[in-house]
Amino acid sequence: MIEVKNLRKSFEDKEVLKGISTVFESGKTNLIIGQSGSGKTVFLKCLTGLIIPTEGEILFHGKNFSKFSYEEKQKLRSEIGTVFQGSALFDSMTVIENVRFPLEMFSNLSMKEMNMRSEEVLERVNLLPESFHKFPSEISGGMQKRVAIARAVVNNPKYLFADEPNSGLDPQTAMVIDQLLHELTVEYNTTTIINTHDMNSVLEIGESIVFLKNGIKEWHGDKTQILTTDNESAIEFVYSSKLFTKLREVLLKEKENSSKK
Amino acid sequence: MRKVFIKPQGGKMFRKLVMREIWDLGMSSIGLVSFISLFMGAVTAIQMAQNFQGADIPVPDYYIAYATKVVLILEFSPTIISLILAGKVGSYIASSIGTMRVTEQIDALDVMGVNSPSFLVMPKIIASVLFNPILIMISIGMGIWGGYLIGETTHMWSKSDYIIGLQMPMANRLFFYTFVKTICFAFVIATVPAFYGYHVKGGSLEVGRSSTSAVVWTSVILIILNLILTQTILS
Repeated sequence: MIEVKNLRKSFEDKEVLKGISTVFESGKTNLIIGQSGSGKTVFLKCLTGLIIPTEGEILFHGKNFSKFSYEEKQKLRSEIGTVFQGSALFDSMTVIENVRFPLEMFSNLSMKEMNMRSEEVLERVNLLPESFHKFPSEISGGMQKRVAIARAVVNNPKYLFADEPNSGLDPQTAMVIDQLLHELTVEYNTTTIINTHDMNSVLEIGESIVFLKNGIKEWHGDKTQILTTDNESAIEFVYSSKLFTKLREVLLKEKENSSKK
Repeated sequence: MRKVFIKPQGGKMFRKLVMREIWDLGMSSIGLVSFISLFMGAVTAIQMAQNFQGADIPVPDYYIAYATKVVLILEFSPTIISLILAGKVGSYIASSIGTMRVTEQIDALDVMGVNSPSFLVMPKIIASVLFNPILIMISIGMGIWGGYLIGETTHMWSKSDYIIGLQMPMANRLFFYTFVKTICFAFVIATVPAFYGYHVKGGSLEVGRSSTSAVVWTSVILIILNLILTQTILS
């Protein structure tokens, strides 16, 4: 579980995060949603320790990250898996070398054991063995995302972060990636936090959703609550497409009918 | 900078990286260094011959080889080859680390708990400091051979005079001076471009700009350092 208390972040005189407090639970896919520029990426980078907050606390299972020593921070980071927006695979390494990398750096496993574990997670993300020895530039964007997920979970992390894992992917592949992240969350009981502005992901795997607007937490709920919320900013965000506007009309009518009954 | 010199993590992986850098920064430069040194050695020998043979007072021909050797050992090989390496290796280091920065590969290392400055820069420093003296020795050897070959081709001086000139002794502190220069320059060639690459912000355009700045500033630092070391050690 990750608890955030009054998190603030400013860049020079511009305040990007304005006192966010929330809780991300273990074994759930927690989503951070919001429009571009709402502070999602800065928030996620604060959680992963890439950006130091100006004010506030981030508690990993009750322990304040900012008060950790260098060694404690390094230890915690070895328990974190991160999927970056652009995959961030090491382009000088093959697929299997990328996935094996965290094990080579932080485990005492033999090369045989590391290879077995890497192949196991690569198969878990549905990658075929013929792609194991290819370089990232030789595989598709969807496959790169899957390799990035495999690399993030190879160490059995306690915390899994993903920054817009679906960006640039077709809807079908995006759905596969969403399902994969959800399954891995349940399987390994990780505290998963996904940064997205894809409404399909929200409806697919949004067990806990934090909606940000201009650096403020505007709304918190789950995928069923977000469709019928009264929060105007959330409505504006969710129903930015005609399809969802239509859906909202249907849902509100249903709600009205059921309340009449 | 302090983080660069923290004990590296992942021993096996680190050794693998050092070997790769020795190949990328050192071995791949042998051809260029040899080619330039061979021709520059020949040119230097011709210029020495022109000056000595046209001088008002008679200068023995074996001084052509001696002067060529001294120029190569003291200045041409350590300084000019280092400047060439600042261009070739410096742009490679700045752009490869810069690309890792803009594609979030460095963030990925940091999030995993890898000490990224040490992991990325230290292997380059080790490879450069270990291999640059070898490159400089190759350069000196090739330059001297270039002078020998041009003498044989043009018959401007005899083979025996050239060999006698090469065997004339040089003071030990001159070799020490060259060695110190080579090591210091190797350190600068690895660290200054790495600094520029590591601190890139933006996209591919900024990577290109940082690569150019890295080469320019590495060259400027090398030239100033050359003067400081020469003044300190030789005077």
